[in-house]
Amino acid sequence: MLGGVKMDVDLAKMAEIDEALKDEETAHIMIDRNRVISRRDVKGLVIETHEREDGVDVRLRVLKGSVIKKPIHMCFGITHEKTMQRINMEIEIEDGAEASFLSHCILPKSGARHEMEAAIYIGENAKYSYEEKHIHAFDAKVEVVSKAKVKVGKKGVFKTDFELIKGRVGILEIDYEAEGDEKSIIEMTTRVSGREDDIIKVRETGYLKGEAAKGALATRIAVRHRARAEIYNKMVATAAYARGHVDCKEIIQDEGEAMAVPVVEVRHPKAHVTHEAAIGSVDKKQLETLMARGLSEDEAVELIIEGMLGA
Amino acid sequence: MSLLELEDVKLEINGKEILKGITANLDKGKVYAFVGPNGAGKSTLAYTIMGLEGYRDIEGDIIFEGESIKKLGIDERARRGITLAWQEPARYEGLTVAKFILAAARRKSPDVARDALLAVGLEPEEYINRALDKSLSGGERKKIELASILAMEAKLVILDEPDSGIDVASLQNIFDAIKFMKERGATILLITHSPFVLRQAEYAFLMCSGMVVEEGKMEDIVPYFEGKCLPCRHKNMPDVGRGKDGC
Ligand SMILES: Nc1ncnc2c1ncn2[C@@H]1O[C@H](COP(=O)(O)OP(=O)(O)O)[C@@H](O)[C@H]1O
Ligand SMILES: [Mg+2]
Repeated sequence: MLGGVKMDVDLAKMAEIDEALKDEETAHIMIDRNRVISRRDVKGLVIETHEREDGVDVRLRVLKGSVIKKPIHMCFGITHEKTMQRINMEIEIEDGAEASFLSHCILPKSGARHEMEAAIYIGENAKYSYEEKHIHAFDAKVEVVSKAKVKVGKKGVFKTDFELIKGRVGILEIDYEAEGDEKSIIEMTTRVSGREDDIIKVRETGYLKGEAAKGALATRIAVRHRARAEIYNKMVATAAYARGHVDCKEIIQDEGEAMAVPVVEVRHPKAHVTHEAAIGSVDKKQLETLMARGLSEDEAVELIIEGMLGA
Repeated sequence: MSLLELEDVKLEINGKEILKGITANLDKGKVYAFVGPNGAGKSTLAYTIMGLEGYRDIEGDIIFEGESIKKLGIDERARRGITLAWQEPARYEGLTVAKFILAAARRKSPDVARDALLAVGLEPEEYINRALDKSLSGGERKKIELASILAMEAKLVILDEPDSGIDVASLQNIFDAIKFMKERGATILLITHSPFVLRQAEYAFLMCSGMVVEEGKMEDIVPYFEGKCLPCRHKNMPDVGRGKDGC
């Protein structure tokens, strides 16, 4: 704990990370709106923060060759109504370094707006994986705008998994763009469950610039009630032996609406990119099978969607 | 009292009569087979007993444990103890084998999924956390579906072509599972055009062209299916399913 700052117990509890935050070997940073309320550094990791009026600038470096064993916990929350939080994040995973992040974004109050703008650099042979879980209230409408620009060096690995399946989405806008050098790996997964009048916009772009770079964009969306989703996934391969795949699945129920626009662009004869997109209601045979085991229609739909979302 | 009574069940699909008056009685704890060539109406009958969408508007009646169930939905019939394994099981995106089996299970303890997998010849460690998707073969999915039925402890288990897509070694697993369920008092209804599967039954109904044209002990029905697959010439029925893929 830094500077004896008192932790906001609620945020940690809601994220179910209170145990992890106590662990001496687990680095963490916890931000409530524009204040860093708790933080722990570990060897090989350098965190610099700057608190601003409406948010915090965070610069985070994993030093060359350092392997951070336990996931670095990040927690962003807004505990007041009608408040905005803007996080500017710069992450650098230096050559040969490795780190994984587990990030929680807790927005329990109505009218909150969380903006994240990240610039991420992954060095040669460096590995980065980032898991972001959102926990929103069921009865409050919030806004989330998350943008990231990512550069992945030679043989570097970038993996990200965005999950928003607990609580209302509100309005979500994701825009991630990653480019990979030679033999790098880019994997982006987004899993979102929308209800009521939620609006989901996801834009994921991968540029496979180096030879034998690999990329996979996966999106799993469920929209119920009157929720709407627009998914723009784009994979561009411009080097020999680059391999990419775009995969979008959306289940719609009630008056939900979903749109998927996969763009696949190949500018090298030895590169190869594929895509699949499926939008529709719950598969009838899946549904009837579960009902033939005694589940009600609602229970069966719930389970099928849960499965698809990997919940 | 019979467990299931089909009373002159007739069903039209798109104006065409597919089931033309099926009457049959099934007792508790026995293994039955409905056999017949492709197109005889066997799967249609299975779906009708289960009450799938599009198969509920019947003439006649379906009586289960003394009560008509023809107005009930799939899940209501399932909760009374009827279940069905499809010829070609569904694929689920992401749903794990454990969750799938537990969703069906009557007792919700974690051991149930393991025991059910063992009972169909699948190594629990290897399967329990896997997703029920296209990474599994058709045969594996079929066994997992059967495992979920074991866990459900249903009273009437309808298995539509339980051997299709199953290799010879696995077929024994399926037969063992049938025996296992029978020993626990379940009634099994095998839907098949295979003489091997038919041999698992005690009593069989020969179906042709939407009708039951013969019924009797398994031994008496087998000759129609032993390699030669006789055409249906019973009771002035037209020839159906003669020859190549008829059986
Ligand atoms: N949904 C449907 N619409 C029209 N005809 C159907 C439909 N389902 C089945 N049939 C017809 O009903 C007959 C019986 O089919 P089915 O029950 O699948 O036979 P089996 O399982 O014995 O091979 C066939 O002639 C088939 O073409
Ligand atoms: Mg059939």
